[in-house]
Amino acid sequence: MSEAMKLKESLIAKRKRTNFVALILSMSAMTIGMVFLLWILSILFIKGFSAIDWSIFANSTPAPDSKGGGLANAIVGSLMMVGSCTFISAPLGVLAGIYLSEYGTRSKVASVTRFVTDIMLSAPSIVIGLFVYSLVVARAQHFSGWSGTIALSLIAIPVVVRTTENMLRLIPGTLREAAYALGASKWRVSLFIILRAAKSGVMTGILLAVARVSGETAPLLFTALNNQFFSTNMNAPLANLPVVIFQFAMSPYDNWVNLAWGGSLLITLTVLGLNIITRILFSDKKEG
Amino acid sequence: MKNSDSKKTKTEAKKKMAQAKPMTNNAAIPKPSSSNSKNALEIRNLNFYYGSFHALKNINFSIKEKEVTAFIGPSGCGKSTLLRTLNRMYDLYPGQKATGEINFYGENILNPKQDLNLLRSRIGMVFQKPTPFPMSIYENIAFGVRLYEKLSKAEMDERVEWALKKAAIWDETKNKLNQSGLSLSGGQQQRLCIARVIANQPSILLLDEPTSALDPISTGKIEELIYDLKKEYTIAIVTHNMQQAARTSEYTAYMYLGELVEFGQTNEIFIKPKRQETEDYITGRFG
Repeated sequence: MSEAMKLKESLIAKRKRTNFVALILSMSAMTIGMVFLLWILSILFIKGFSAIDWSIFANSTPAPDSKGGGLANAIVGSLMMVGSCTFISAPLGVLAGIYLSEYGTRSKVASVTRFVTDIMLSAPSIVIGLFVYSLVVARAQHFSGWSGTIALSLIAIPVVVRTTENMLRLIPGTLREAAYALGASKWRVSLFIILRAAKSGVMTGILLAVARVSGETAPLLFTALNNQFFSTNMNAPLANLPVVIFQFAMSPYDNWVNLAWGGSLLITLTVLGLNIITRILFSDKKEG
Repeated sequence: MKNSDSKKTKTEAKKKMAQAKPMTNNAAIPKPSSSNSKNALEIRNLNFYYGSFHALKNINFSIKEKEVTAFIGPSGCGKSTLLRTLNRMYDLYPGQKATGEINFYGENILNPKQDLNLLRSRIGMVFQKPTPFPMSIYENIAFGVRLYEKLSKAEMDERVEWALKKAAIWDETKNKLNQSGLSLSGGQQQRLCIARVIANQPSILLLDEPTSALDPISTGKIEELIYDLKKEYTIAIVTHNMQQAARTSEYTAYMYLGELVEFGQTNEIFIKPKRQETEDYITGRFG
């Protein structure tokens, strides 16, 4: 027996067996997950791509059982609501994140804010939809794009706050000290040095929040509702992809069901695109 | 109101700097250029606490204007802590406090009313690890200058060039001022950090183990730089490297367990120290 193999053979054999069993278990767990993911994606792609053509971007939602029609009103409505939600939640969330990480590290206000944000992160989105319904829609007596934007923002802000805070905390204290040592004031250090150093991480947080809200359906059912016609009026009910999918998919009309598949694919591709962009941003940071 | 006050203090401090005689030092071994030169910092009965831990115990000594003062001693002896009290860096952290007096040209900087941002622009600091800001080389320098001065584009260009030349890194960076400061090597980054501090035209430079993360060639460059800079700046340096202290400084302070064991001219401390502990540490018989 060679010198290298002089260790107890039974021990080595046992280790090899354990290793084999663990490998089988983890591989089968991964396979189950992958099978379902690929199943969902393949059905979505097959049914979705057959529904997508140029008319889907050009025409508004059609009447049941009619020829043609598209999702233009829903796409524009979704873009408007998600876009304005980004404009509201990104600055608010980033500023709150800066406060939590740079200013209120140990204060009572900060720990309460952190706690509430964590609860909001896991709050069911239908609850947020109901909240905005009773606060805005019930008082204004009508559904509107703006109330949808508010509901989406309430979901997006906690995501941005938490990722911003975590990203800023990753910046080493030495960089903060170096900036203070030049005589810079706190807000300057936070805004121009720390936020800049964490730029790609913070952007990732914002994009993930956008990806999260772009598929939200429940809060929009209570707020933006839907609109059969093309509209850009944020003070009136606004068409949007998730609710259109919800209604069309459950309908008995073939053309509606088809459009629902197309819309689902569009949302999936958008979220996929956003995720790829965040990956690219994040890998840039690691190299820098 | 506060602004104009701070401006006044700044110009006063600058005037005081201007009154000091320019000193020349051609000796190969650093020697104090004159025994009666002015004190830039006078430290009186300084005590420092991390919460309840008493980190600096009754420190008394002075840092001479336009000389290099080195702080040596084993890890944890308080030399970095001492350096961080001199620009009140410790103020960033709650629970740390200093008592006693640190007189910066006669003005006690431990005074709670002291404007900390202004103080730090007058007493610059370079850290152990190079910390370039995530922006271009040019912007790294301009960031600090913009805090306290309004310069035209041409004046700023001039200042950036001046600072980079002073820190002996101009030749390596002049063609890539718009590249990220992070693209430089470790030694270059550290000289960029020194340039950044010099660009503010401070009165005192605090160097906290500036070469401990660098290779010997970069270390040599920074030591040469210290030698040039002391013509115009008062320098305090913390170092673990005994030879570096001997090579660069005129005065040396040996610290142990939060106490200043011995303070004096470097050639005396290294050739015939008064205290046995100092000799043991310097000759490596410590512990």
